[in-house]
Amino acid sequence: MSGIPHDHYEPKSGSEKWLHRRLPIVGLLYDTLMIPTPKNLNWMWIWGVVLFFTLVLQIITGIVLAMHYVPHADMAFASVEHIMRNVNGGDFIRYLHMNGASLFFVAVYLHIFRGIYYGSYKSPRELTWIIGILIYLAMMATAFMGYVLPWGQMSFWGATVITGLFGAIPWVGEPLLIWLQGGPAVDSPTLTRFFSLHYLLPFVILGLSIVHVWAFHTTGNNNPTGVEVRRTSREEADRDTLPFWPYFVIKDLFALGVVLVIFFAIVGFMPNYLGHPDNYIPADPLVTPTHIVPEWYFLPFYAILRAFDGEVWAVQLLDWMSFGVIDAKFFGVLAMFGSILVMALLPWLDTSNVRSGRFRPMFKVAFWIFFIDFFVLMWAGAMPAEGIYPTVALIGSVIWFAFFLVVLPVLGVIEKPLPQPETIEEDFNAHYGDGAASGKAAPSPAE
Amino acid sequence: MFKKLTITALTALTLGAGGALAAGGGANVTDYDFSFEGPFGRYDQAQLQRGLQVYTEICSACHGLELVAFRTLADPGGPSLSDEAMRDYAETFEVFDEELEDWRPAKPTDHFPASMDPNAPDLSLMAKARAGFHGPHGTGLNQLFKGMGGAEYIATYLQSFTDDMKEEAGSFFYYNEVFPDNWSSMAPILYGDDVFYADGTEATMRQEAKDVAAFLMWAAEPHLMARKQAGFVSVMFLTVLTVLLYLTNKRLWAPYKPKKQI
Repeated sequence: MSGIPHDHYEPKSGSEKWLHRRLPIVGLLYDTLMIPTPKNLNWMWIWGVVLFFTLVLQIITGIVLAMHYVPHADMAFASVEHIMRNVNGGDFIRYLHMNGASLFFVAVYLHIFRGIYYGSYKSPRELTWIIGILIYLAMMATAFMGYVLPWGQMSFWGATVITGLFGAIPWVGEPLLIWLQGGPAVDSPTLTRFFSLHYLLPFVILGLSIVHVWAFHTTGNNNPTGVEVRRTSREEADRDTLPFWPYFVIKDLFALGVVLVIFFAIVGFMPNYLGHPDNYIPADPLVTPTHIVPEWYFLPFYAILRAFDGEVWAVQLLDWMSFGVIDAKFFGVLAMFGSILVMALLPWLDTSNVRSGRFRPMFKVAFWIFFIDFFVLMWAGAMPAEGIYPTVALIGSVIWFAFFLVVLPVLGVIEKPLPQPETIEEDFNAHYGDGAASGKAAPSPAE
Repeated sequence: MFKKLTITALTALTLGAGGALAAGGGANVTDYDFSFEGPFGRYDQAQLQRGLQVYTEICSACHGLELVAFRTLADPGGPSLSDEAMRDYAETFEVFDEELEDWRPAKPTDHFPASMDPNAPDLSLMAKARAGFHGPHGTGLNQLFKGMGGAEYIATYLQSFTDDMKEEAGSFFYYNEVFPDNWSSMAPILYGDDVFYADGTEATMRQEAKDVAAFLMWAAEPHLMARKQAGFVSVMFLTVLTVLLYLTNKRLWAPYKPKKQI
């Protein structure tokens, strides 16, 4: 599968050969599981497996919940309470699903930050990155629509605010909004279509995830040094890599275990901590909550959306120059979608030819500022839009865009990178000693 | 270095999350020690029964509890009335039967009636629809360590009326220190000795408020004890599994990491 030389599946018995000639599925699974993996991967390379686990968890718990849930404005809230009270184990399943969304985003954000720090998006892995961003967008859509389903106050008003964003698009906004909501306001038709799509999108995510894995299995994994695995001979490749099974499977499962201990503690002991109390009040179109906040994982983008109000001179200038077509509201929407678009363009915005942040002293500083900025935006997004918070959000938004559009393109030109190791083996042995030299030959992947 | 990152991320996450939870009255909610708090918290059966009494004799005059079925009063992990007591209790309520097209005494499978007063919110989920003190500084750390505080909010609310009242457009509003904009349309209702507890507990205002708050917590989260137990068992099993995986992983990688074998 990958360009890295390694053992391939050889059918042995007659029946294996029979199957392999007709459908090489065992070979496909074998090659996927035995993929040579750089042996210096650190603990930030575990999130992919955590994400796959979470996706499966969400799909299974979600399917069970869908058996008891009623997608209708008059019955949705009561049906969720029916799950919480009358369905056997229903409360635990629902809390798993509810907090599973948070686990999903914790894992995906750490996964993305790892990708940014170690330059995992750089050639030849641009498509892996782009597909990853598509998965992330699908995740956001799924999570948002899922949050609407319990039909509590925050569900309803969150749906009203977020679908309302599309109404800000000039000319087509109004009809588009009605088309999305299935009527002039968020109501039963909105709920039923969100339920339908909330059921569909996870399978789209599953499909995209398989393509995501396929893409990086073709190019090989990145690793903390950013140095490629040697492919010139089988022997050299073996000294840079170990097969995914069992070395990385066991490592990743151990990490998953640690993550799940924390996750189950939250589900068991404090399942509502990450939720909002208002969502235990049934949706009421006549009563607006005092402040509408999205789930924590949307807060940074919510802050960017709100940062560009009519008092920012750039917004006023653009409003004037576009003859009012791009008003403050539409500017905010553009900024929010733009903040994700610049992430998608990362492979072309970063001009440095050094992959890993480990060898880029100036990038390191920029990265950590960007990292902190993400949490500052999250905090600003949670606060009411008054006092110092809009200013904090604005500064945070400017840093966000500056990181992608100014810092990354410029650093590639002015930065002097540190010397990189020649090979992955050299980096690994520097940390852990030379296993091959200590007399223990590496077993072949088939063992 | 990435260890640092993870820790920072988790800390910041709790900050972000806590901020999102701005709800309820504010800084004055008293932090009561309820028996159901913490990983091993359990409902106090006697307290839930006293709370049920306060609800029945006082709250139910206006408020409803329409998501709660009478039969659940006899379930384990709740007030745990005897089957007979639960049936007798249910029969004290009248429900409208759509098939009979008439009122009849409630059966165990019926739910508590909805609110009598259309302005009085249903109390089924009140203990989860309100939160306690979300500080310090909007960080939510208090809730992380001491729980969401819905029951604390209710207990504090019931005791936080002053004598101030005002009339606006024909409705009366009563001053309450923890209510979001301080003017509550509910009149102060607890003064102490409003009910007579059969178990000999002194019916002070504080006691009544705490008891009914605990009962409403149960009404909102009837499977809390089972959930905490399931959570604890899951955490135990996962911990054992994780330790075994750690040892397996260490052994598996040992030939490749001679420096770490000391």
